[in-house]
Amino acid sequence: MSQTVNITINGRQTQVPQGTLIIEAAKAMGIEVPAFCYYEGYSLQAACRMCLVEVEKMPKLQPGCTLTANEGMVIHTESPNVVAARKGTLEFLLSNHPLDCPVCDKGGECELQDMVFRYGAGESRHVENKVHTPEKQWSPVVFYDAPRCILCYRCVRVCDEGLGVGALGVSNRGVISEIVPNGEDHLKCDECGACIDICPVGALTSGSYRYQTRPWEMTHVGTVCTHCGDGCKTTLGVKNNEIMRGNNRDRSGINGEFLCIKGRYAFDFTSHNERLQAPLVRVNGKLEPVSWSEALATVAAKFKEVKAAGGRFGVIGSTRTTNEENFFLQKFARTGLGTNNIDHHRSGDLATLLDALSGRENALASVADLYTAKGALIVGADLSQQHPLIAFQLRANFRHHAAKLFTVTPGPVREDEIALAAVRAQAGGELQAIEGLREKLAAAGDLTILFGDAIKGEAVRKLVAFGDSLGIPVRYVCLLDNSNSRGAVDMGLLPDLGPGFKAVEKPGLAAPEMLADAKLDVLWLVGANPLKSATLANAGAFVVVQDLFLTETAQRADVVLPAASAYEKNGTVTNTCGEVQKLKPAIRTMGAKADLEIIGLIAREMGINAGIWTPDKVFAEIQQTVRGYNVPAAVLTAGAAALTMPVNGRVASQARPELIRSAGDTLFTSGSLGRYSKVLNSVMESPGGLFRHERE
Amino acid sequence: MLYNQPSPHETRVLTRRFGLPNSASIDTYLASDGYKAFLKAMQMAPDEIVGEVKTSALRGRGGAGFPTGMKWSFVPRNSPKPKYIVVNADESEPATCKDRVLMEEDPHGLIEGTMIAARAIGSEKGYIYIRGEYRYLIDHMDRAIDEAYARGWLGKNIQGTGMNFDLSTHTGAGAYECGEESALLESLEGKRGNPRLKPPFPATHGVYQCPTVVNNVETFYAVPHIINMGGQAFADLGTPKNGGTRMFCLSGHINNPGVFELKMGANLLWMIDAVGGGLRSGRKLKAVIPGGSSCPILRADECDLAMDYDTVAKAGSMLGSGGVVIMDDTTDMVAVGLRIMSFYAHESCGWCIPCREGTTWLKKMLWRMNNGEGRKQDIDLINELSKNMLGRTFCALGDAAAMPTISLVEKFRDEFEAKVRPVMVPVSGPDQLVAIS
Ligand SMILES: Cc1cc2nc3c(=O)[nH]c(=O)nc-3n(C[C@H](O)[C@H](O)[C@H](O)COP(=O)(O)O)c2cc1C
Ligand code: SF4
Ligand code: SF4
Ligand code: SF4
Repeated sequence: MSQTVNITINGRQTQVPQGTLIIEAAKAMGIEVPAFCYYEGYSLQAACRMCLVEVEKMPKLQPGCTLTANEGMVIHTESPNVVAARKGTLEFLLSNHPLDCPVCDKGGECELQDMVFRYGAGESRHVENKVHTPEKQWSPVVFYDAPRCILCYRCVRVCDEGLGVGALGVSNRGVISEIVPNGEDHLKCDECGACIDICPVGALTSGSYRYQTRPWEMTHVGTVCTHCGDGCKTTLGVKNNEIMRGNNRDRSGINGEFLCIKGRYAFDFTSHNERLQAPLVRVNGKLEPVSWSEALATVAAKFKEVKAAGGRFGVIGSTRTTNEENFFLQKFARTGLGTNNIDHHRSGDLATLLDALSGRENALASVADLYTAKGALIVGADLSQQHPLIAFQLRANFRHHAAKLFTVTPGPVREDEIALAAVRAQAGGELQAIEGLREKLAAAGDLTILFGDAIKGEAVRKLVAFGDSLGIPVRYVCLLDNSNSRGAVDMGLLPDLGPGFKAVEKPGLAAPEMLADAKLDVLWLVGANPLKSATLANAGAFVVVQDLFLTETAQRADVVLPAASAYEKNGTVTNTCGEVQKLKPAIRTMGAKADLEIIGLIAREMGINAGIWTPDKVFAEIQQTVRGYNVPAAVLTAGAAALTMPVNGRVASQARPELIRSAGDTLFTSGSLGRYSKVLNSVMESPGGLFRHERE
Repeated sequence: MLYNQPSPHETRVLTRRFGLPNSASIDTYLASDGYKAFLKAMQMAPDEIVGEVKTSALRGRGGAGFPTGMKWSFVPRNSPKPKYIVVNADESEPATCKDRVLMEEDPHGLIEGTMIAARAIGSEKGYIYIRGEYRYLIDHMDRAIDEAYARGWLGKNIQGTGMNFDLSTHTGAGAYECGEESALLESLEGKRGNPRLKPPFPATHGVYQCPTVVNNVETFYAVPHIINMGGQAFADLGTPKNGGTRMFCLSGHINNPGVFELKMGANLLWMIDAVGGGLRSGRKLKAVIPGGSSCPILRADECDLAMDYDTVAKAGSMLGSGGVVIMDDTTDMVAVGLRIMSFYAHESCGWCIPCREGTTWLKKMLWRMNNGEGRKQDIDLINELSKNMLGRTFCALGDAAAMPTISLVEKFRDEFEAKVRPVMVPVSGPDQLVAIS
């Protein structure tokens, strides 16, 4: 259908597909047509009238944001008529604007300021008072200052079309029109802050950032969100070693501008006042602060003693620490401590999936693929709660490409609203429910199947067999909980599988077995908090914990080593789709060390050579060991994500589906870490619930 | 109830049942050739109906004067989507009060008009969108619709013709903007009454994005008469390309204000004198708003003209909605400007910047000026800001606010100048002030 047409803009000829918006055609030629309400990807408004252009043979100026290219069109974007109209509109806009730029959060990065700077609106020619209404707080996250609002409706659209929440609307009319939240005077929503970031002016501000700093006083560090498994890039604004805000306005990364409340605001745990800043050693039954050297010596001495006596170690790693840390931890545990008792919190049956897919390429979907897939089947997951980026991608795919979605879940989910079919299935009934959708699924053309912890063990093989039987290309996403849950599996934080899913000769104990082992001598936890819900069978075991906070497990420890968070270190993490991305340190927390360094120092203290423990060197080793991680370093350095498909042969996993269970975090929880985020605990929607979506 | 005595100068086509006892009842309607046109239309092919309406040179009575037959022909009749008929009974243009009289006196005439339109485009569902302030009329129309259903003139298989057509009323909530057809459709769908992006137009994407014909009440009233008398006979009542009669609402400084059905192209001065009974107590004509508050004003010396769409447009104004406001020489034109702008500032939906901000600032400036606090530069500023709205807003409401204002400033500049407060500056002593502008 898209036939090419010739158009002329400002005297320059170009060819574009028929129907291209003039504003986009101009942009492609390097010609800016200014606009406030136009926003790529969202519905067209033509409300701000900034983008009016002159088209020959048309009597009136036309909005460039809705006018589509037709053969022979001759357009002027800088003719005297257009320039005068733009100036007139800008004057109208400023006439009721408070012009409180000196105290406005957006000052310096405000589109209205830029527009006035570029196109000038001169001085005010009015003597009357402006309309004024007081600022409103809608939630702990969102504040609204109506006088600054230029009514571009971007916020309304991003919330409705982008998030599927639809919490914002317009009330009143004419010059007293304003944006209103769904709860009349308060918001009940995802609290994601997308509306705040998309606002071209300072009308919407965030509870955490408002009146804290000027944008130019910060440095900006692009890293990866440490919460859920989707791996959004978040750009942290840092001032005086403090994170002031998170956003991704430059649309770099796999998530474009998308972030949920966690990626945008839940960095605040880094400066929580309970953050551990000195190692603790149990003296006379009490944890006392000691120096790093003393703490490391205590740990090394005990480890050496137990190792020499042939005692039993248990090592539990984290789903948020880096690939390098996970790799190094299991390597040191297996070769240095001589144990295969290694595990982490398993939230999805990736091993069985990869075994079932062995020998295939291109069988896993990336985050970008979710935007182009023709069909998507969601099994047993509440994506909007557990995997917000994936939900956002599928929604955008539906909006822009009419993707066919299917949900098979135990309760209602937000995706039901845009699904071709929404089926309720209780645990164990999923495959049967999917069978009932066979014809519709096959008609989709291609399919991506996303499944959570409801599908594990044999069910995974059956699911893949079902996919094979559809006769269309099928790809899979095994949904995992945290920012590096995937990396933990790939790096071999498992008793039966080493890095790259290679079977170990003598599988060790799984995490629950370690805890239940009455003869366990040492339990070493690197960023894990299993004692939140379990007890340790051997009350006399020596417990070493590396963590940010004095968690339930840390309170039981004999030695606690303060760890750096993901926002304080280098390394890589792998998201639930298998995309590897690089972390960058934004701040430092005094007294805390990266887990990689801590593990390295323990090895050194024990006199064991486990190799160099810098992230780069360890990553080089990973690239040689783990299939799929051999992604070009340049890609990672540039901040891009690279999809990995870590095996291509059979995986001799013990499967053990009974050990696989998602922690069930919602939009407003994030394991133990989430408890230390003020913002997550302050919103009234917290902690939310899975599979009980209600449209407000 | 009629609000004014009929005039002997009227040509009574649409209003032929006015004054009949019980004129609103279906019995009166049926006894006076009611629903005959519908039965006739059922014998005609849809294209023939559209053709007849085209021949009649009927132009939309809502304001823009778009040829009705042509509008109907834009409906894609082979579209698999349902098609809708929508009656625009939002009648909110200041000075306009014709649709209410028609509906009050002859509700079945409207119903029949929609039925014929439905037959022409293949619709089975119609809505009458009535402004919220016309609460009593909603009840009135509902009663007529109930009667029509009870007698088999609405519903399934109407009078055994095989045609199905359902009709219901829908209430507005007091917004002028909801008379703009696309905002009306939004409101009808239960949304905020903001206008829609056009194109696509309602003919292809109307109610629920389905093909829809939106016409003014009076436009629908003309339809049965066109079918009965033939398109050419209707056309011959008016002037070329301006067929039929139209309802003129004469108001202002005249002795006999009211709603009168006159031939298209009637002379405006004749209208004022013969129909309107002349200006009150021998005063002189100063200006006329020929078609509702959205139209540029005509000076007395511009008023010797035929009241049809094309002639009035040539004179720089519009026939609009038929609301003719006659002003004598006591009229304060700055106050007129303020009154008009206050209306638009109150009614701007707020969707687009130039109208939302422009109407309010202009209202504030006109208020100040009218209070004798104007600055000299305000006169040009009012004109300039109005022109910054004109042609640049999302819908025509911005133009409707700008056009009369520009005409007032340009045609009656001296009255604006007279309201400028001179700037006084002290000379020599403290009590000695002198005007410098
Ligand atoms: C601001 C605005 C208000 C309008 N109000 C009305 C109205 O109250 N009644 C009406 O019939 N048309 C009104 N119109 C015109 C309609 O948009 C539309 O042109 C009309 O309903 C078409 O019917 P017609 O072709 O029979 O005139 C309005 C237009 C604008 C721009
Ligand atoms: S914070 Fe997010 S969910 Fe809440 S109103 Fe803004 S965009 Fe919508
Ligand atoms: S709050 Fe911001 S994004 Fe929303 S309408 Fe106002 S200016 Fe636009
Ligand atoms: S011109 Fe703009 S603000 Fe005014 S009524 Fe139309 S859309 Fe609304």
